[in-house]
Formats: sequence, C-alpha cells, structure tokens
Amino acid sequence: MHTSGNSDAALLVKVRALSKSFGANQVLKGVDLDVRAGEVVSVIGASGSGKTTLLRCINVLETYDDGSIKVDGVEVGYRETNGDRRPRGERELARIRADIGMVFQLFNLFPHLTARENVMLGLRKVRGLRHAEARTVAEQWLVRVGLGDKLDSLPFEMSGGQQQRVGIARAVAMNPKVLLLDEITSALDPELVGEVLMVVHELAREGMTMILVTHEMTFARDVSSRVVFMDGGRVAVEGPPSEVFGAQPHERLRSFLARIELKGV
Amino acid sequence: MSLRLHYHLNFNFVWKYFDRLSWGLLLSLELAAAGILIGIAIGLSLALLANSGGRAVRAVIAAYVEFIRNVPLLLLVYLVFYGVPSIGGFAYDAPTSFIITLAVYAGAYLVEVFRAGLDAIPKGLIDAGKAIGLTPWQRVVYVKLPTMLRIVLPSLSNAFISLFKDTALASVIAVPELQYGASWIYTNTFRIVEVYAVVTPMYLVTGYGLLFGLRLLERRFAIRRL
Repeated sequence: MHTSGNSDAALLVKVRALSKSFGANQVLKGVDLDVRAGEVVSVIGASGSGKTTLLRCINVLETYDDGSIKVDGVEVGYRETNGDRRPRGERELARIRADIGMVFQLFNLFPHLTARENVMLGLRKVRGLRHAEARTVAEQWLVRVGLGDKLDSLPFEMSGGQQQRVGIARAVAMNPKVLLLDEITSALDPELVGEVLMVVHELAREGMTMILVTHEMTFARDVSSRVVFMDGGRVAVEGPPSEVFGAQPHERLRSFLARIELKGV
Repeated sequence: MSLRLHYHLNFNFVWKYFDRLSWGLLLSLELAAAGILIGIAIGLSLALLANSGGRAVRAVIAAYVEFIRNVPLLLLVYLVFYGVPSIGGFAYDAPTSFIITLAVYAGAYLVEVFRAGLDAIPKGLIDAGKAIGLTPWQRVVYVKLPTMLRIVLPSLSNAFISLFKDTALASVIAVPELQYGASWIYTNTFRIVEVYAVVTPMYLVTGYGLLFGLRLLERRFAIRRL
C-alpha cells in the first residue's frame, strides 16, 4: 500500500504496524503512516476509529504496545539497544516531545498564565531562551496569529477561537519538526472556526509539516496534501484529497461522508 | 437571679493586665503562622509523593493522615509535650513543642486538601505541559503547583482560620498565648466575664481579618475557568 521507494531519511514521521490497546479494547490494529517534510496529512474517521489515539501516540502522550513510530528517524516511545526494547524514561520523552508540537481540542492553555506567558514557558524552560528573547519570539508568534492586542490576556478573558490561536502559537513557537492538531475546531462556536483554520492554512503554506485529526471535511480537502481515512483501528483509505473525496469505491468511507454531510458539517 | 443583678462589671483588671492579652495574641499568630508554614511543607511534599509514589508510600501517608484525623488535637498536644520526652525522645520548650504538634496536625489535613487539588487539575493541562517538552519536575513547578494552589485556595482559607483558633489549645501546656493570658487573668482576678468580653472580640476580629485577607487573595488568584 505504501510507496516506500524514498529512503527513510526523507520521511519525517514513519509509523509501522502500530497497535495499541486500552485494556481489552484494541484501538489501533496495525497502522502504517508516512509523512514527509512539508506534507499536511488529514486523518478522518468516525469517533472510536483510533485517529486521536494515533496522534497521541506520536508524541507519546499514550504509550504504544507494538509497532514503531519514528520521528526524524528516532523511535519515540522506546529505546532500542541491540534488539532490546525498553520504554523511554520521562526525561528522554521530554526531549523528544519538545520537537513535536501539539494543539489540543480543548486548547489546554495554562489558566494562570497570560497569552504571552503561555507561549514563553516552553521557550524559557525547554529551549532555554533568556526572558527577553523568549518574550520577543512569543510576541512575534502571537502577532502572527492575530493576537497582538491580547498579549496580556488570561485564557478566561479570551474567546475559544483566540485561546486556540494561542494554543497554536505556543506549539509553533517551539519550532517543532512536526505539528499535531487534534480536532482543534471541535470545541469552537461555528463562527470562530474560520479564524483558527486560517492560521493553519497559513502554516501549511509556509511548509509546516502537519498531521491533523479533523471533522472539517471542506478544510481537510483544501489544506491537505493527503487524507487518511481510519476505520476500526486501521487505515482504510489513503490518498490525495481529490481521490479520497472523489467518486469512492470504499463502502465505509462513503457512509461516513454521507453521515457527516447529513449533519451539515 | 438576685446574684446576677448584683454583679458589677469591672474591667480595671483586664486593662491592667492587657499586656498579657496583646502579647498573647501576637504569640497566637506566630504559633499559627509557624505551624501552618511547616504544615504546608509537610502537606505539599506528601501530596506530591502520594501522587507519584507507589502503593507502599501511599499506605504510609494514609496511615499518618488517619491517625492524626482520628485523634483529638488536645491529646496530640499532651502527647508531644509530655509523652515524647518521657519515652526518651527530644524535649522541647512548650512553644516549640506546640508548633511541632500543630504542624504535624496541619500537615495531615493539608495533604488531603492538596491531593484533592492535584486530582482536580484537568488532565489536558498536564498533556499540554508534556507536549511542550517540560520534564516531570518542571510540570510540577510550572503547571501543577500553580494550578492546584489556585484550586484549593478556598479550602486553604478555611484550614488556616481553623488552625489559628486551634492555637488556644497551647494554653494547656502553659504557652503564654491569648487564651493562656485570659485564663491567667481570670484565675488571679476572678473577672471571667470581663476577660472574655475582651478576648472573644480579639479572636473574632483577628480571625475575620485573616479571612478577609485570604478572600482578597482568592479573588485575585481564583481560576474562573479551567
């Protein structure tokens, strides 16, 4: 199924035979996924299909049982020394996660910090930037996502759309190799979705490598270089948006898209 | 009935010995502050330990909490002051002994408060801390503690007021705090009504003042939405 003609080095994210269970419930049943630098890959599928779990495995917010996830050539969840595979310790995970950005469905801004401080925290404590430098970088990013007038606002003082844009700024300010976006507009009022998606569009144009789980089909079609449809813990269909959203032979995808359209999303 | 009619209030003795009351109140505040500060340190470290530690650690902490919670504070005060030295432990002067008792007592209550607070931190915030690459310790310092302290601030205020009032128990081991000052005056003058007519408002005003200050803090730091 995969055209792995390119060498591994060209791959930024390489997922192979990934499986993951929560207790007796196997959520991922052998997922393969390749993401090359600059690609934007949308993961779609019904709830329970494993798309969010897949995303959370990539930065090891969830551990995975079997298979492999390599980001820039490094196995993220395990340390491998001559055939021996051990889960990575928290300090190693912290180093690996620093290079993988993530934006969350519920924003998850630190509630006691202002917009600027939310963005600065990682720059200061993880990247080791001095206060003034971190402040400059944070402000640049907040201005770029259109929040130049909200630098000193606390999360509760901002709308959902503004909070989510802070969430994006917080992630990209770290200069990640890949950005993971987990249903980032699902918790937003419909009129606030556009301002967030615009920022993502902008990032895509600049070549940011992104994997996004989304229910916004129109957006997925517009922004993605590739769309992955997950069904029952596996990748069922994968291809360029024109193909995936075109005349489709795949039964489950067709009924999924029909359900989505019925809801008027 | 006639007795009551013939009782004449006389505050002279209270004013004469007022020094004992004002210095007593100051000592009460000092005892409370020291006990609470050490109690916070105990509570915070044990809560973090329980939060991340294994089953054995949690069991030991639970035993400590249950022991302290189910034994009267008065008994603990006696136990630490008279009991510990008599079985060969260290002997401390009365104020130090009481501060240790109050700290151990406060610690047991605050562990529970802090643990509840840690449990109430939305999981997404921890995820966000992980996602930007914070180490476990950095997540404690920059995410968990600031969020947790804001969540538990209202329960903390109640605990602090309670602990301030509990300093009155130090009188039983002759620590010259406010209640001891009061009992000294009335046992020497028999003017119990007058003494408490003065001492009660002193406790009341101080307690209310503390509460007012803490409420201001709450309003300043409350998290309106997580």
